[in-house]
Amino acid sequence: MIEIMLITSLALFGVAIAIALLRIIFGPSLPDRIIALDMIGVNLVSGIAIISVILATKAFLEVILILAILSFISTIAFSKYIERGVIIERKRKS
Amino acid sequence: MKINNVILQAVTKIVVFIILTLAVYLFLSGHNNPGGGFIGGLVLATAFVLLFIVFDIETIQKALPFDFKKVAALGAFLAVATGFGSLLFDAPFLSQSFGYFDLPFFGKTELATVTIFEAGVALAVVGVVVTIILSISEDV
Repeated sequence: MIEIMLITSLALFGVAIAIALLRIIFGPSLPDRIIALDMIGVNLVSGIAIISVILATKAFLEVILILAILSFISTIAFSKYIERGVIIERKRKS
Repeated sequence: MKINNVILQAVTKIVVFIILTLAVYLFLSGHNNPGGGFIGGLVLATAFVLLFIVFDIETIQKALPFDFKKVAALGAFLAVATGFGSLLFDAPFLSQSFGYFDLPFFGKTELATVTIFEAGVALAVVGVVVTIILSISEDV
């Protein structure tokens, strides 16, 4: 029973990632694509957590942490590129 | 328009310490678990890149007065020097050894000389990645 629920949730996460991929391809504006990329990151983290529950292992926990950190930083970098036009500034203007 | 990113800076000051802790954990988990010098160095470089993105280059370089090119060179030297250190004991180049010691707080601990080599790898990775990021962002 638990097995069926876990595999169903994995399939649903796959569907969610596919929908977000469509939004990245056809997204009319840049913020849509960034939100979709962030959503793909969150869905990947959740999918890896469910896979580690299915396989009953702790080997994937570092993968989850590193993927979450990279998703966070890439979202911040994209947002700063939209708002400022530059990612790493030489000197902050107050 | 006045730009206000106080939430991002306040969150970053906490999150950086979480990332540094993860980097040290990955570095020390070594050769029995997923981890090691390369991945630890990459996560450490990620923390520095996050600082550089949220604040600016001059503030961070005043707070962390390292020349990252010299850090990379020091790491490469450390990695090669541990390789040559094995020649002193009549062993082939880059051969490593380990032993079990009784430390006062940790109990029976495995100490390996490969940790010094991994430290060199981590320093080289941090220096190279931060140098690449800074020189890419230079010409805008």
